[in-house]
Amino acid sequence: MLEFFFLFMIVAAGTGGELCVSRAMKVVGEVHDFRPAALVRFVFRAMRVGWMWIGVAMMSLAFFSLLAMLSIENVSFVVPVTALSYAAGAVGAMLFLHERISRQRWLGVFIVCIGVTLVWLSRR
Amino acid sequence: MIFGMKNSPGLHLKTYVLILFIVLFAPLGNVLLSKGMKGVGSAKNWVPSELFHILVSIISSGYIWLGIACLLTFFVAYMLVLTWADYSYVQPASSFSYAVVAMLGYFLLGEAVPPLRWVGIFIICVGVFIVGHTHPRTTERA
Repeated sequence: MLEFFFLFMIVAAGTGGELCVSRAMKVVGEVHDFRPAALVRFVFRAMRVGWMWIGVAMMSLAFFSLLAMLSIENVSFVVPVTALSYAAGAVGAMLFLHERISRQRWLGVFIVCIGVTLVWLSRR
Repeated sequence: MIFGMKNSPGLHLKTYVLILFIVLFAPLGNVLLSKGMKGVGSAKNWVPSELFHILVSIISSGYIWLGIACLLTFFVAYMLVLTWADYSYVQPASSFSYAVVAMLGYFLLGEAVPPLRWVGIFIICVGVFIVGHTHPRTTERA
């Protein structure tokens, strides 16, 4: 049961965090200048966006959930099942960022879900 | 051909080296985190004092810091390679990480990896490969 909770936190908080950071990046705008000073200015600009902080907080939560899950399960089990993030990411991007998800991407997500199910079933 | 990349042998070599970094350092980081967390142990009662003790153990674990260093190396390599190579090239290539993490778990940590898990991991790699081969931009440019 605890594994379900931690997996949910890794996938939901991790994907939610990435979506928030992605939204923040779209507010900040595309990077054209890769010189160090410009990158520092870019980071400071990003830190002024609220979505960025929400994203970092959620990603931190996902990281600690990953640590908690690694303390009770094997890494060869934990990391593959977190691939479920691809499904959460596709759904989240469609609903939250209003992105169009192609049929091919849905097919890939479906195949990932089959793989995750098999890995989950292989649990001792 | 890697779309969006200049077709020079030096750039290809740089790309392959960084993808090798991505495929090795992300799984290695997770394996080190796993090793560190097995040493720290899991919470039993989930009371604040126990969680604080675990947090102190995590912060003082060398394996955890090494794992974080590996994940940071992976992240920098990933960001760097994306500055010249296409996401649709890098992401499928990095899908091998799932197989590498199982191999490292098996060889370095002595984990039992049943055949069903290997099949599942292979299918995940195929799925990620397909996801990565879709167009990275799904919205119109503003």
